Parts: sequence; structure tokens; C-alpha cells
Amino acid sequence: MTVLSRRAVLAVPLLLAGASEAAAADFAGALRAILKDRSPDEGAIAFDIPPLSENGNSVDLSVRVDSPMTTEDHVTAIHILAEKNPFPLVATFSLTPRAGRAEVATRIRLATSQKIVALAETNRGVVHRATRDVIVVLGACVETG
Amino acid sequence: MPTLPITARITLPPSAQRGEVVTVRVLVRHPMERAVDAPGLTPLPRKILHTLRVTYAGEEVFRMALSPGIAANPYLEFTTVATETGDLVFTWEEDGGTLYQREARLVVT
Repeated sequence: MTVLSRRAVLAVPLLLAGASEAAAADFAGALRAILKDRSPDEGAIAFDIPPLSENGNSVDLSVRVDSPMTTEDHVTAIHILAEKNPFPLVATFSLTPRAGRAEVATRIRLATSQKIVALAETNRGVVHRATRDVIVVLGACVETG
Repeated sequence: MPTLPITARITLPPSAQRGEVVTVRVLVRHPMERAVDAPGLTPLPRKILHTLRVTYAGEEVFRMALSPGIAANPYLEFTTVATETGDLVFTWEEDGGTLYQREARLVVT
């Protein structure tokens, strides 16, 4: 019995390491699925997220993409990815020229301090990227909310 | 499938001019249960709103795919061009297929 429980305790860090590796692989996979071999360009996105959050249960973010939003040239999708979240693809917003501006805001959960990526796809096949490093004091996986 | 009402606060300007870009803010009450199984927590099955579709006078203008990484009581802000007086219909789809719907009228002068 004692041996078993010790084994169980020893297995915990391994499981946790496995989980974060899986999330990282998933993050890379999610990124690849969106990029489809295109290389993103930096800039064109104003990405607002607080660099430090006390509580990972609700973190405000806003994304504004510099785009004329005409039928010929507009943003079709904005993706938010969190590198170390159990589900790295946090949200996808689908836009049309009827949006007028490529601007969205929402509130997300963050498991831990990590890198947040915003990707914007345009109808012309261009992908814009913006990356922010955020520090989270209390992760969203600790408490419900 | 019939739709159910849901508690939501939808903020629109009282009126807009044709061609004006209006900001729409939506706050919906939902726990976004993400099936966390951590010590000290009662595990609950995952139940989140995974999709939001917004139509304006019958035409889809915005869509959002949500994940367990969206905070409880999902908040969203987006923009749309005011074209005509009409209803913005917000339809959320929950895990299990339940549909929730709310409407807000945009008055265009």
C-alpha cells in the first residue's frame, strides 16, 4: 500500500510534464493548422493584453488589425493562441467586410505565465502575427471561475 | 431545433447613421464549465458555449468559436457597419447542441 502510494506520488510530476508537453505539441499543431506553410509577417496588429495579471481566470484582451476591410482586402479570421493552456487555440473570430473594422475584444483564461499569439488571416492569403509575453500570478487551473 | 432564452447584456448605440461602424458589446451569463479535475474540485462535465453566430437583418456578419479558454460569462466586442434598421440575432451553441438566442435592434437613421 505504502509502495503504491509512493509510486502514485512519484508519477504525478511525470504526468504533469506529459501534460505540458502535450499542450506545447498541440500549440505547434494549432499554429501549423492555421499557417498552412505561410510565413506570418509581424506588425499590422495592435494587440492589447496586460503584461501582468493577478488572476488568470479572466484576462482582458483586444486585437485590432490594420485593414481597409473592403471586399478586395479584408481580414477573414482572427485567432488567439495561448502556448501553455490545455487548449492552446483559445478563440477564433470570423469576420467579413461588413465588420467595417477588424477589431475584437474578449476575456480569456490563462493557465500560467506564457506567450500569447494573435494571428490575423486576410482574404489575400497574408497572415499577420503579434506575440505578447504575459505573467500570470494565479493561474486559471487553480480555482474555478 | 428550438432556441432557449439566455441572460445576456447586449450594448448597441441607441441609433446609428447608415454606413457608420458601430461597436457591439455582448456579455452572456454562462459558467463555461471546462471539466477541470483538480484536487479539491468536484469534477463537472465540460459544458461550454462553443459557437456564437451573429446575423444582422438576416445575414451573418460575425462568428466566434469559443474554447474552454474563454472566461466564464463570455464577453465579446466587435464591430459592424450599420446598413439598415434591423435585428441583430445572437445564437450561442452549447455542448450537447442546445441553442440559446437573444436579439437586439439596431436603428439606422
